[in-house]
Formats: sequence, structure tokens, C-alpha cells
Amino acid sequence: MNAFLAIYRREIEGFVQTPAAYIFVAAFAALAGGLTFQGGGFFESSSADLTAFFALHPWLFVILAPALTMKSWAEEVRQGTIETLLTLPVSVPFIALAKHCAAWTAILFALLLTTPIWFTVNYLGAPDNAAIAASYGMSFLAAGAYLALGQACSAVTGHQAAAFVAAVLIGLGFTAAGAPAITDAAARSLGPLAADLVAPFGFAARLEPAWRGVLDMGAALYFLLFAWVALAIASLFASARRGG
Amino acid sequence: MLLQATGLTKSFSARKAVRNVGLSMEAGETVALLGPNGAGKTTTLRMLAGFLEPDEGAVRVLHYDMRRQRVKAQTSVGYLPEGAPLYGEMTPWSYLSFIADARGLSGSKGRAALMRAANRVGLGATIYQPIDTLSKGYKRRTALAAAILHEPPILLLDEPTDGLDPNQTVAIRALIRELAHDKAILISTHNLEDVETMCRRAIVVDGGQVVADGEPAELAARTPSKKLGDFFRAVTRHDGAA
Repeated sequence: MNAFLAIYRREIEGFVQTPAAYIFVAAFAALAGGLTFQGGGFFESSSADLTAFFALHPWLFVILAPALTMKSWAEEVRQGTIETLLTLPVSVPFIALAKHCAAWTAILFALLLTTPIWFTVNYLGAPDNAAIAASYGMSFLAAGAYLALGQACSAVTGHQAAAFVAAVLIGLGFTAAGAPAITDAAARSLGPLAADLVAPFGFAARLEPAWRGVLDMGAALYFLLFAWVALAIASLFASARRGG
Repeated sequence: MLLQATGLTKSFSARKAVRNVGLSMEAGETVALLGPNGAGKTTTLRMLAGFLEPDEGAVRVLHYDMRRQRVKAQTSVGYLPEGAPLYGEMTPWSYLSFIADARGLSGSKGRAALMRAANRVGLGATIYQPIDTLSKGYKRRTALAAAILHEPPILLLDEPTDGLDPNQTVAIRALIRELAHDKAILISTHNLEDVETMCRRAIVVDGGQVVADGEPAELAARTPSKKLGDFFRAVTRHDGAA
């Protein structure tokens, strides 16, 4: 546990001492808030709900989560500190989990920074606060999946830029997978079975019930399982560096 | 036996970097792994430290097998990697705190271990300076402090005096001699003075293989000049190609 906390704290310190985390948090809060009120039709809808705000989250995570995680293993490889890390008496999955939790903390901080929007809609009207709370919770879980994907790409490629591009592209695929445009296209070209196979993987589609106040445990488990698989891949590839 | 390696072999693509290297070390022994550049010294040390997995062979630390009981084995090893890689944005203090915590030395016990290690390597006032701003010598001292912080019975030091000025070199050699009485210390080096001033035994490697193993004076005596350098040149290839 000590080792886990030590690596977690080191990662947090790393975020605090480098601009990437600040840029991430500021960009997330500014884009989520700005796009909701300016481009999301919040005022035009004349209703106190934050669906437009939460609908933006997966698309922001697609870009911003890889920016936060691209360094996680790639930087260790670049500066040689992976040698220090892998000769500490700590198992690699623990290291991956500690790195993940640190990045997840940054996301939590970014989400907390957007809570003034929640207060604003309460001031302007009477929103469904349970739906908003559920949406925040699901956004947090979805963020965990995007971060784990980013870490896996960082471990697989061992290169920051490649990790960023790979995580954005794969993240885009998973985000859009459940969208009608994608499932319709899959149904038209490959048949209805293909659409049925693709749809459950869509991150954005998995988040939708929460926006209506429905706590979808299947979706929560999906995000947690996705993160677990991605972290297992990250651990596997980080461990594989022992092979030289 | 504190450290035992048998039949260590490692290849990178088609190139065999280490072939069938074996060694064993007991407490109080300081051994040099001596060889030209590219001889396989660093690869051997990386396998002993558990960073690299050997293709063949095994490493035992105390009674733990490095492959199957890695975490337990690594608890007893202090390792100074080649080039002393560190987190540049941290200070030696925060880096050593991180290492102490990661090795289970927290609170006052961890702080005491940190201060003891920092004092031993002579970090002085630089302990609160960002690592990126430190000289190569102080970076190496920081990495050495991290290696000895948990008082491991086995120390693996890859070029511990590389990049140090003459005064620092003398100080680090004195520290290693001081540490040697109850530890097994393996030093990878191509510096013959390191061997002569610190080591009771030298294992000479070339082309990934052990080509000689013995006391430095005994190895030197095998040449007409009785010089270790002449022996080294006689048994190793001069281009250092593996």
C-alpha cells in the first residue's frame, strides 16, 4: 500500500509541476462550460437541464484524457526511469493502477471545477438534481475508461505522440460506436447483427440513460471493466519491457 | 550466498548480448564486473536487478528466485542504473522520499533513512534543488543515495564513478569501501582504478562472456608486466564489439 501511495503521490506531483494537467483542467472546464452555454443551445431550450453539458463530456475526454496519459509510460521509457520503477519491489499492475488513480484524480478535479454550472441551473430553474448527480458519476467512470485507454496506448507505443494519436483514434471509435449514424451504417453494410454487436460498445450511448436520471449499472460495469482490461494491457506491455 | 546467477543468457534481436554468465557473491565481497563498452556488463546487471528477464538462466537473491518471486527478491537489492536516470522535476529530497515510501520506509523511519543516505553520499544543500539543475556528479550521488537508502544486503552499481570529478570519485570509492563490510557489492566498470581501489575480485567479460575471474592482483600477475591494464587488454577485444 505504501508503494501504491508513493507512486500515486509522485504522479500527482508530476501533474502539479508540469503544465499538462493545468491545461487539461482549464481546457475541460472552459470547453464544457463555454460550449454548453454558447453552442449547446442551453438558453434556447428554456429548460433547466444539463444534457447538452454532459453530452459533451465523452468528446472532450477523447482529446483531453490522452493528453493527460500519453506521458504515463512513454516518459518513463524516454528518460530511463522505467528502470528505476521496474526494479522497485512493486508489481507492475500496482504501478499502472497508481498512475491511473492519479490521472483520475485530475479528472475528478476538472469535473468539480464545472459544478458552478450545476449551481447556475439550480439558480435559473428546477433541474432534476438526481439526474445531474448520476451524470457526473457516469462521466467520472467513463473518464476512467478513457484514461486507462490512454495509459495502455502509452505503454504499448512507448512514445508520447504515437500514444496520443492512437488513444484519440481508438477513443473516437469507442465514443461513436453506439451512435445511430454508426449503427445504421453497420446495419446497411454488414447486416443488423453487426449493428447489434457494435452498439453496446459506444461510450456516448452508454452515458445517455444517466442524463435522463437512469442509473445504468450495466454501463457503470462496462466502463470499469473497460478500464480494467486497458490497465491489464498497459501492465502487460510495461512488463514486456523486461524482455528488452 | 546472497546473490547467485547461473547460465544468464540474453539476446537482443539476433545479437547475443550475454552468454552463459554465472556468478555468486557473499556478504563482505566487492566484485567488479569489468569489461570494454558493449561487453554485456549493463545487460548482466539489469538481469541481476530484475529489470531484464534473462532468455536462459536464473538469478537468486537470498533464497528468492528473481523470476518467480521478483518483488521479494527486489526488496533486498539496491540498484544504481547506468546513467542514473531520475525524475528531473523533483528535488533529491522528494525523489528520495518517493523511493523510501515505495520501499515501505515511511514516516520518521523513512526520513532517518533518507537523511542517512543523503549524508553518506554528500548531497548537502543540493537536496532541495530541482534535479534537472544538478551537475552529473550530484545526479549520480542522488541515484546512489536511492540505491543504498533501504540498507540492502546486495548493491548493484553500474559505473558508480562515471562523470564524477576526482574529489567526488575518491569520496564515492571510500563510501563503497565503507559499505562493503556487510554487503555483497557488484560494480560494473571499465575503470581499472575502480577495480584496484575497491574490489577484492574482478570478473572480466567480453563479447557477453566471462573471460576471466579472480583477484585483481592475481589477474595482473598473469602478465609479464604484472599490470591489470595489460591483462585486461590481453583478454578483451580493443574495439569493445560484442
